[in-house]
Amino acid sequence: MKSKGYVKHYILMLLPGYIWVAVFCIFPMFGIVIAFQDFNPSKGMLGSEWIGLGTFRYMFELEDTKQIFFNTLFIACMKIIGNLLVPLIFALMLNELRIMILKRTIQTIVYLPHFLSWVILGGIILDIFSYDGPVNQILSVFGLKEPILFFAKPEIFPFFVAGSDVWKEFGFNTIIYLAALTGINPALYEAAAIDGAGRFRGLWHITLPGIRTTAVLLAVLSLGKILNAGFDQVFNLYNPLVYSTGDIIDTWVYRVGLLDLQYELATAVGLLKSVVGLIMITISYGLAYKLTNYRIF
Amino acid sequence: MVRDTTIGSRLFDAALIVILCVITISCILPIWYTFCLSLSSKSAAAAGLVWLWPVDFNTGSYRQIMSDTQFFRSFWISIQRVVLGGLLNFIVVALTAFPLSRSPREFRQRNALMWILVFTMLFNGGLIPLYLTVKSLGLINNIWALVLTEGAHGLVFNVILTVNFFRNLPKELEEAALVDGAGPWRILTQLFVPLSVPVLATVTLFSIVSHWNEFLYGLIFATREEFYPLQTYIQQLVIVFNPNIINEEQMKMMAELSNRTLNAAKIFIAMIPVLIVYPFLQRYFIHGITLGSVKE
Repeated sequence: MKSKGYVKHYILMLLPGYIWVAVFCIFPMFGIVIAFQDFNPSKGMLGSEWIGLGTFRYMFELEDTKQIFFNTLFIACMKIIGNLLVPLIFALMLNELRIMILKRTIQTIVYLPHFLSWVILGGIILDIFSYDGPVNQILSVFGLKEPILFFAKPEIFPFFVAGSDVWKEFGFNTIIYLAALTGINPALYEAAAIDGAGRFRGLWHITLPGIRTTAVLLAVLSLGKILNAGFDQVFNLYNPLVYSTGDIIDTWVYRVGLLDLQYELATAVGLLKSVVGLIMITISYGLAYKLTNYRIF
Repeated sequence: MVRDTTIGSRLFDAALIVILCVITISCILPIWYTFCLSLSSKSAAAAGLVWLWPVDFNTGSYRQIMSDTQFFRSFWISIQRVVLGGLLNFIVVALTAFPLSRSPREFRQRNALMWILVFTMLFNGGLIPLYLTVKSLGLINNIWALVLTEGAHGLVFNVILTVNFFRNLPKELEEAALVDGAGPWRILTQLFVPLSVPVLATVTLFSIVSHWNEFLYGLIFATREEFYPLQTYIQQLVIVFNPNIINEEQMKMMAELSNRTLNAAKIFIAMIPVLIVYPFLQRYFIHGITLGSVKE
């Protein structure tokens, strides 16, 4: 093709995007050197003194670090499992629904929470579950004497976070399963029915195998989220009473780094999280490529 | 489809409809409740009388917001951010995705450039280095800090989605345009962009929603309240906890002091722009996502 001489035009087109990414994604990566320095904001990254692994040693001695890594892992794992299973079940149920108008209406509504921010949903949830909010009133009708302060209970907070996240995202996560379900040839069901298979055998032998690849792919890819417990959500729902189970890496980094100005420590913890994340995502992409021939581009 | 009309199957259908409807209603009920709360009187809300209809209907909360200049300032900052961010995202995504959708034969560096983008999705320096970068650029208290930081993170994902879409466009159209003497800029603007409305609309709407919803950058890149975008304003003035809470008693007291109807009204107004673009989102995003993720 005669498009050979176009390379300089291509480079010109790419410049704005790559400059943007370079400044706001790639340049901050070099900021991880702060974790190895005795950082002095007035001297900057280049002028500050190097102290090697001292910050990391300090980090591993802190009780906080173990706790926040455990909390993050616990919340993230619950979210991963919930966000895989609930949308799958919902998609299967929706697929069995034969009233098309109802099906479309349901689909239209369940996507909505995904597009609302955790600031908004956090505000709504905090009100609904507040001391004199509707949930406590309903519970009192069922004989609960003393209202529950839901957001002061460390023992339920992680489950609350995972549950509300699944509620927010299940509709959106259903899309990909529904796309896979439409790819199943309807003739298969007809053939099965002629052979005497009922609805549930159709579900078991046709529908489930038909979306197996998609389910495996989503499960593998979600490995990369193992340390993402969701900053926005936790930040808008938590308070000091639930720090013991609800404080995650990202919220801790925010408080220690930007409120207490311990830049080195916060950067070190952030770096550890990024490195673990990088390893997990690389493994998951490798697995996804092997199992389902998935490619990013 | 062959219909199964046994009694068991019909019962199953009925149960299915009930369960699905309950789940679906749970997605909009909290929003409706907030709306009702915002239109009720303060005393009715405090007494817990508000359920699914406004009690003592009054617009006092909204009138109070009307006189809150900070609310409007924040609202205006969010609008600016969404317009600048959405526009910039649209232009840069189209410009970046086009060369990257070429085959390595036409554009040798394509794969290497693509991997650079993928790498930025896999690894990041974390919050503190980002903060220090923005600070050293002198963008604190500047709208561009909000537009460019949030935009850069969405950009990479959006470019990859669009590249995959561009690669699936029929090659014959492009060859015909080349024969007619069109250069790369004309092929992009007059052929690829009009043919890619579903995916470009999707990524633009995604970018608009993410700019509207983002609150953390608004919090850390602004030192004064008057530079807060709306979500940050609400985060800080409506739902922020008192960092000094040490027991449940204090928490109950704080809850009693809060103005539930006013807060509900603020939250509801902050939701309106998303509710407005939602029908457009609906129209494009399913199509855009599924098409963009299919590879040759």
